[in-house]
Amino acid sequence: MAKETSIRVCMGPGGIASGGEEVLRAFGRELKKSNVKAALKKGCSMHHVGCMGLCARDVLVEVVLNGKTYTYQYVTPDMVSTIVSKHVVGGKPIKEWLVDDSYVNFIKKQTKVVLSDCGRINPESLDAYIAVGGYEATRSVLKSKTPEDTIEIIKESGLRGRGGAGFPTGRKWEFCRAVESDRKYIICNADEGDPGAFMDRALLEGNPHAVLEGMIIGAYAIGADSGYVYIRAEYPLAVERLRLALKHAKKKKLLGRNILGSGFNFDIKIKLGAGAFVCGESTALMYSIEGKRGMPRITPPRSTEAGLWGKPTVLNNVETLANIPYIIRNGANWFASFGKGKSKGTKVFALTGKIKNSGLIEVPMGISLRKIVYDIGGGIEEDKKLKAVQTGGPSGGCIPASMIDINVDYESLAKVGSIVGSGGMIVLDEDDCMVNVAKYFLQFTQSESCGKCVPCRVGTKRLLEIMERITSGRGKTSDLALLEKLGNDVKSASLCGLGQAAPNPILSTIKYFREEYEVHIAGRCPSKVCKELLTYSIIEELCKGCCACLRACSSGAITGEKKKPHRIDQSLCVKCGACFEVCKFKSVDRE
Amino acid sequence: MRGKDFSVEQAAGTLESLYEKYRGEKGAVIPLLQDVQEEFGYLPEEAVNWIADRLEVPRSFFFGVATFYAQFHLAPRGKNIITACSGTACHVKGSERIINFIKRDLGLTDKQETTEDMGFTLEKVNCVGVCSISPVVIINKKVHGKAAPAKILKEIKLLKKKK
Ligand SMILES: Cc1cc2nc3c(=O)[nH]c(=O)nc-3n(C[C@H](O)[C@H](O)[C@H](O)COP(=O)(O)O)c2cc1C
Repeated sequence: MAKETSIRVCMGPGGIASGGEEVLRAFGRELKKSNVKAALKKGCSMHHVGCMGLCARDVLVEVVLNGKTYTYQYVTPDMVSTIVSKHVVGGKPIKEWLVDDSYVNFIKKQTKVVLSDCGRINPESLDAYIAVGGYEATRSVLKSKTPEDTIEIIKESGLRGRGGAGFPTGRKWEFCRAVESDRKYIICNADEGDPGAFMDRALLEGNPHAVLEGMIIGAYAIGADSGYVYIRAEYPLAVERLRLALKHAKKKKLLGRNILGSGFNFDIKIKLGAGAFVCGESTALMYSIEGKRGMPRITPPRSTEAGLWGKPTVLNNVETLANIPYIIRNGANWFASFGKGKSKGTKVFALTGKIKNSGLIEVPMGISLRKIVYDIGGGIEEDKKLKAVQTGGPSGGCIPASMIDINVDYESLAKVGSIVGSGGMIVLDEDDCMVNVAKYFLQFTQSESCGKCVPCRVGTKRLLEIMERITSGRGKTSDLALLEKLGNDVKSASLCGLGQAAPNPILSTIKYFREEYEVHIAGRCPSKVCKELLTYSIIEELCKGCCACLRACSSGAITGEKKKPHRIDQSLCVKCGACFEVCKFKSVDRE
Repeated sequence: MRGKDFSVEQAAGTLESLYEKYRGEKGAVIPLLQDVQEEFGYLPEEAVNWIADRLEVPRSFFFGVATFYAQFHLAPRGKNIITACSGTACHVKGSERIINFIKRDLGLTDKQETTEDMGFTLEKVNCVGVCSISPVVIINKKVHGKAAPAKILKEIKLLKKKK
């Protein structure tokens, strides 16, 4: 039997933004023209290729011919007819358009568990998911395992929550199972509020059924009959694919009454978030589903005792849930064989910033940061010097380049003042200003603070004011001690995780980059990022008098005649940098 | 019916049908407001009052919710919506610079989101989750990755010509 030819076009967010739909349509047209029976799959190759597709190399296209897979990068619609005629029909791959070695390394050095089917199967087809073993775990659990057995497997696997806190999932389920109630809920946290994180988005868009399956199994284990997916409205494609997946699953009786004839009833509803970071916090999220302002409350009682509408509720992150079917199918020991110490399994990270191979990666817990940055990530963009890696977003910290050999797991990162968090990993190079990065995160948490408790509402505001002072040249030597004192107070006195973690970016950068703060207080930003510490001036010898800067200046600070050197009036300059950008002769100096 | 000329008399039918859609559903306040906003482009005060009165819920409750979430807009928005991502990856790749360029081009002051002529609204969002092609700017729902100021200003120019 002749092997099937198939073509996979990346249709993830990056793929679509880079013209994936046009490429897909071009393939459709060309294939019809040349009469090839190729299965056009909308498989999200970006995941399969570790999301490298999302970045520089989209649109990625995989051609599977005679059992061999070829990956094309930077595909545009006008390349499609050549790929079809020469390769798909003619059998000769076009070497210049194929991916290179760094890409191969990027794929090879990863370990895919939750992402194993992402990017390979059509996320809009239930059959495609079933063909790779999907819903087998549901079937086996409903048919031959008690809820207690199921919880035991998850406990043994060592799976911990991937949403940030790392709470053991099996134990959370067990708590909820033990509570007597007429009604229980399971909620999937798809709020993904950390800026710089897109793991959950990619999972929901690339393999929505795995998440649903995790929810069904979780619901069975704790005894819930209804569930919610709380998803951010900023992810329209994920919402669309999730809706479709729910529809298909209901039709196949994988959801609804008497699932697969087992007598178990369970249904899932989608709730769209409305843009509040704090709603990722569990109690706030539940208030938001109830239609209220999402303001966290004091715990206990925990959500597993009194959650949504006062009923026992389990909240799990998207990635946590997507791991469940794979654990049930392959066994607890298999899962626990990945990872180190108390951090079992794999973790998906969104590797971004100044890194060559920016994208979504999945690695065993406990892998060294060096391997992530250099082997998988391919090193720093433009071969610049690594300065730090920021993990855990606004709740996390910076790991300085000197600690590059650290193991990436819950315990090791906590020890150095950062967290694994939900999986954002932002690589910073020598041009990045650590004070600015810390200020950035604080601006974020300060504006997202719900305002309920004073330490967070007022504390983050004061911290931000000090940071603004330092980055605008008005810093005082005593500010560092003040930041540390106030930061620790906010941490210990805030009501919820938002305030408790908000000072982390500041505290960790002070710890590792103290001298950078001191230079700022002395009035200079060595990375030339902090606007107010810069001075723009024109180097007369280089200025050709072309008037480009004069035209670009919106504050009228630049004067000068044609063909004669221009001048910048410092009292009028607003430091927007427009002159610096437009000068073709490098005659604008920035210091 | 979008923009400034909202009239609650004209909108009553629409509001009634949205009210019907969610009647009796638990926790429907947010989806209901989302639908109202989808319908009118923003949340007109009178529309929110109408619904609160219809549901016999204090108006302050609805406004409490509407002002809590970033997604809700209490003022009319421009014809074209420019969403600049300021997530972490975008930030370190210069999103602030792009935002400043756009602001200057549209003549927006620091506190202003919408241009006087209602042509454009510029909004910042926390992260749209396409960090690998940062910086990202979304113009009328179309995602522009690796956005350079020149490229974005060109798009804006095209839109300005259209009106
Ligand atoms: C301010 C704040 C924001 C959070 N945002 C998210 C989020 O976006 N997604 C998420 O899964 N968990 C988030 N969490 C963690 C959740 O509260 C909760 O721990 C998690 O969803 C539980 O699921 P897990 O045990 O599977 O990780 C957030 C916590 C806090 C305090």
